[in-house]
Amino acid sequence: MEITLKLFASLSDHLPPAARRSNALALEVADDASVASVIESWALPPRLVHLVLVNGEFVAPESRSARRLKPGDALAIWPPIAGG
Amino acid sequence: MAWTRKILRVNLTQGSCVSEPLNMAWAAQYLGQRGLASKYLVSEIDPGVDPLAPENKLIYATGPLTGTMASTGGRYSVVTKGPLTGVIACSNSGGYFGAELKFAGWDMIIIEGRSPQPVYLHIENEHAELLPAGELWGRTVWETEAMLRQRHQDPLLRVSSIGRAGENLVLFAAIVNDLHRAAGRSGVGAVMGSKNLKAVAVRGTRGVGNVADPKAFMAAVTAGKKVLAENAVTGQGLPTYGTQVLMNVINEMGASPTRNHRDVQFEGARRISAEAMHEKRATDGRTHLVTNQACFGCTIACGRISRIDESHFSVDNKPQYWGANGGLEYEAAWALGNANGVDDLEALQYANLLCNEDGMDPISFGATVGAVMELYELGVLSKEEIGLEAPFGSAAALCRLAEMTARGEGFGTIIGQGSKRLCARYGRPELSMTVKGQEFPAYDGRALQGMGLAYATSNRGACHLRGYMVSSEVFGIPVKTDPRETAGKPELLKAFQDATAAVDSSGLCVFTTFAWTMNDIQPQIQAACGGDWSLESLLQTGERIWNLERDFNLAAGITARDDTLPPRLLNEPCKTGASQGMVAELGKMLPEYYSLRGWSPDGVPTADTRARLGL
Repeated sequence: MEITLKLFASLSDHLPPAARRSNALALEVADDASVASVIESWALPPRLVHLVLVNGEFVAPESRSARRLKPGDALAIWPPIAGG
Repeated sequence: MAWTRKILRVNLTQGSCVSEPLNMAWAAQYLGQRGLASKYLVSEIDPGVDPLAPENKLIYATGPLTGTMASTGGRYSVVTKGPLTGVIACSNSGGYFGAELKFAGWDMIIIEGRSPQPVYLHIENEHAELLPAGELWGRTVWETEAMLRQRHQDPLLRVSSIGRAGENLVLFAAIVNDLHRAAGRSGVGAVMGSKNLKAVAVRGTRGVGNVADPKAFMAAVTAGKKVLAENAVTGQGLPTYGTQVLMNVINEMGASPTRNHRDVQFEGARRISAEAMHEKRATDGRTHLVTNQACFGCTIACGRISRIDESHFSVDNKPQYWGANGGLEYEAAWALGNANGVDDLEALQYANLLCNEDGMDPISFGATVGAVMELYELGVLSKEEIGLEAPFGSAAALCRLAEMTARGEGFGTIIGQGSKRLCARYGRPELSMTVKGQEFPAYDGRALQGMGLAYATSNRGACHLRGYMVSSEVFGIPVKTDPRETAGKPELLKAFQDATAAVDSSGLCVFTTFAWTMNDIQPQIQAACGGDWSLESLLQTGERIWNLERDFNLAAGITARDDTLPPRLLNEPCKTGASQGMVAELGKMLPEYYSLRGWSPDGVPTADTRARLGL
């Protein structure tokens, strides 16, 4: 199935160059892919995988393995950030 | 004790500058800056006063840690009765001015009356005098700073001034120091303009030499700086990406008010984000962002310094805007961008530069333009009335309206009255996205329920800096809460509001609290100030300040009916995003909030609460 992977801030460097200007990449994943399995397959540095949203909804670290993705889902990830 | 224990009282009507001792009994109760200046203000003015009348006062206040070695210890606040809101206004600024005022030996300046002619206040250590500002009147902030340094032959003179917006009594006029740091909200610049006071220029060489326990203080600030440096947010995230990193986060969640809050996601957000500011432009091969910048004593350095695209239509033949300059910060980018549907990064920076140059709050300005664009699209406002076409998404309209508002031209004078008055004038008051007359910042109160309550109860009208529930609802600091949940939010908000009031009274920047807890801050204040500044005392001070502000607002005419949100947020659900279908559930939270505050069901502090807090 296809999902959209979005990586922001310093995680942008982990996207292919062509995808960095949109921070987004259409991604083919296994039908049983979870949030955690996608993160693992991209070898993202664990300390930078901080804020994880699926379709804008927060997924807590302890729920990432159990949270299955659906076709069309947008998985967005940020390193530790704040502002205001 | 880290206070200088001196106040400068300036009477503009009489032309006098007099030194008087700081009320140390009040300092022990209200700490400094926001709290202590508010205590002086409410003790000295009639709450019913017209904010732009000579009887209103304008107070510049530092905190006990301003000018010290503490990280971020460079803040000052301007406290007055706000013309935009009719309630207490307290606007906080960074840069270098606050520390310089402290170095000159002053905790506070209380400015009274109205000068018959434009003047500026010049302070050199203990010497203070009012000088003619005829040549400065009509000048921008940037021109004023340069002219005063030239006039006094002092390149290190620190200047806090108003531009033409303050002179023209734009109700969201800011006071700007160091070119692009601002006491930005609630119209404090209009109060300064109403007093014919153009600027405060200060040079201090005394330092801050009266820290109560220097050895303990150095140990505490060193430990604090280590925490900030090692924290991923304050040590890496904020310096690299600034506050603008929020643009994509808040939008992804569906919490980004767009087109005057009609939508909660902006399709152009990516193009005006922190990530976009880091990318090379096709036109000139340069990145928009030049560098980050720190305020006095800050070890975070979140500020953005950018360079506008010289080929952009907004700065064609305007070389004064081509150099590296302040912005964009998140709130400004949102208000100038998402609120109007404008996704042109260079246009946003141009409008932001005008806000800095002539002293306007970009949040209130941008949000008011959002209301104008909605009224235009509804046919309530015409091209002839505005003087130009102003549909959502028009970068040209945004830039031109910024020029007109800053300079007091045409329809800009109506925008300068803010969204509440503008929407009422055209018969559509419900379209003003404000609380107590002040425009919302960059988070939707439907998608972030705690922020909705924070907006409704903020003592200075809609504001993110009185209780930044985003910290919990989005970042998980200090604890992650579900933004769509109302349970537990009143208690959390009260804690945020009280702690923030204490931090805002210390001279420190509230951004430290992304890494510091009150347990990191308390030892710094205790060592600097002496006396009893235990954790309990500090938090009670914050609560006391909150209730003092509330009392003033009630006396100024505010009631529980004003602790609300616009009908759009209460009745029109989020169309998209993770909170699709939700409205702001204020009614589920407000009664509990009042109860937790020790207020009556109609929002008035009870006699027991007043007694407990020594009010």
